Amino acid sequence: MLKNRIIPCLDVKNGRVVKGINFVDLKDAGDPVEQAKIYSDGGADEICFLDITASNENRDTIYEVVEKTSKKCFVPLTVGGGVRSIDDINKLLNCGADKVSINTAAVQNSKVVEDSSRKFGSQCIVVAIDAKRKNDGWEIFTHGGRNPTGINALEFASKMEKCGAGELLVTSMDKDGTQSGYDIELMQKISSMVNIPVIASGGVGTLDHLVDGIKSGASAVLAASIFHYGTYSVNEAKQYLASKNIPVRI
Amino acid sequence: MDVTIVDYKSGNISSVINSFKEVAKDKVNIEVTSDLDKIKSSDKVVLPGQGSFKSCIDGLNGINGLIDTLNEFALNNKKPLLGICVGLQMFADVGYEEVETKGLGWISGKVSKIDNQNGKYKLPHIGWNQINIVKDSKIFKDIESNSHMYFVHSYEFIPNDNSVTAATTDYASNIVCAVEKENLFGTQFHPEKSDKLGLKIINNFIKL
Repeated sequence: MLKNRIIPCLDVKNGRVVKGINFVDLKDAGDPVEQAKIYSDGGADEICFLDITASNENRDTIYEVVEKTSKKCFVPLTVGGGVRSIDDINKLLNCGADKVSINTAAVQNSKVVEDSSRKFGSQCIVVAIDAKRKNDGWEIFTHGGRNPTGINALEFASKMEKCGAGELLVTSMDKDGTQSGYDIELMQKISSMVNIPVIASGGVGTLDHLVDGIKSGASAVLAASIFHYGTYSVNEAKQYLASKNIPVRI
Repeated sequence: MDVTIVDYKSGNISSVINSFKEVAKDKVNIEVTSDLDKIKSSDKVVLPGQGSFKSCIDGLNGINGLIDTLNEFALNNKKPLLGICVGLQMFADVGYEEVETKGLGWISGKVSKIDNQNGKYKLPHIGWNQINIVKDSKIFKDIESNSHMYFVHSYEFIPNDNSVTAATTDYASNIVCAVEKENLFGTQFHPEKSDKLGLKIINNFIKL
């Protein structure tokens, strides 16, 4: 039976982890490679890096991080943030990323998704959708949630599936950082509408939120802070899901 | 010993390279090449594959003499060869991704899209699924049935002769996820991304 995935996400800036795990035995709390290794040893089903490096001159730092991590972690590695072109995707994959998530570029030019999924296979193309509630629906934002687009999130999700995205990483901007749980309605709507896996993101504060995320129809749940700050380990999260009869790999 | 990972521009093979190097350490030489002479002289060959069936076959055809060399290695010299994902699928006679495409024809069968039962199952089949070992394959030494492996695919290999099937997995239907036929080995899942157990399978292959 296919298991639901738990994906810890690390925010990386200038090659360093922004929010680190508070582990006493960690030699270097800011080293993304070491933290990714802790997650994979702890049973993470995948690892996600979100590169939030703002300045262009430091953009290359992520490549080195990915290269080092892929030599130590033998579970899938997804990398997103600032991915603009086929060339960026190619570079990340060559460094050892297994999947690349595309956000702003997918909105600005859906051909990037079409071309990259044809070139590299849809298995490695994840489209990241940042959605915020507006009136009765959701609007998508780009540039790390700064720019509104006026585009309806559900329509966009459907379009990305047609363009060849292998998965959708759906983040609720209303919920992100609140620790009050995923936007369940958003996850339900998108999961039931598309035939590709959905990764729920944004808002996890408790292990019950992960349970709710899976019950909404998402194939995988992504969380950052609860793992970053050591509130729960990946293994604790999996044990909890298993105790709620949610199939996970233990 | 030399193990060659065939580099035929089939997409991203860095994870395959990393995992084989991790397992091989300094004891086994891992080559990544499309050089025909190097492939001929190596002891084992790994055939990775990402993207579509057609794009991978096109990739093999794009290197002059590569398919002949692989045929000689696998069929005449009968040296161990491991196909991963589309690398395994290409063992078939024919694939139906994009357009009908002729395969290598090493193990009789076809590659078709997984029947998702009218959308009841999402495709690609992505994530960790359990394998049901149905044959005592050499690459499954010390691997238990029901172990989790990492999958990502929308197409499945359907062999004509079930005796080649080494393991299956359940997703929408019973999917063949590993084969063994004499010196030919193949996994639909990605041992290179399947954590410690995946590395063990790679080690089993290297140690054959």
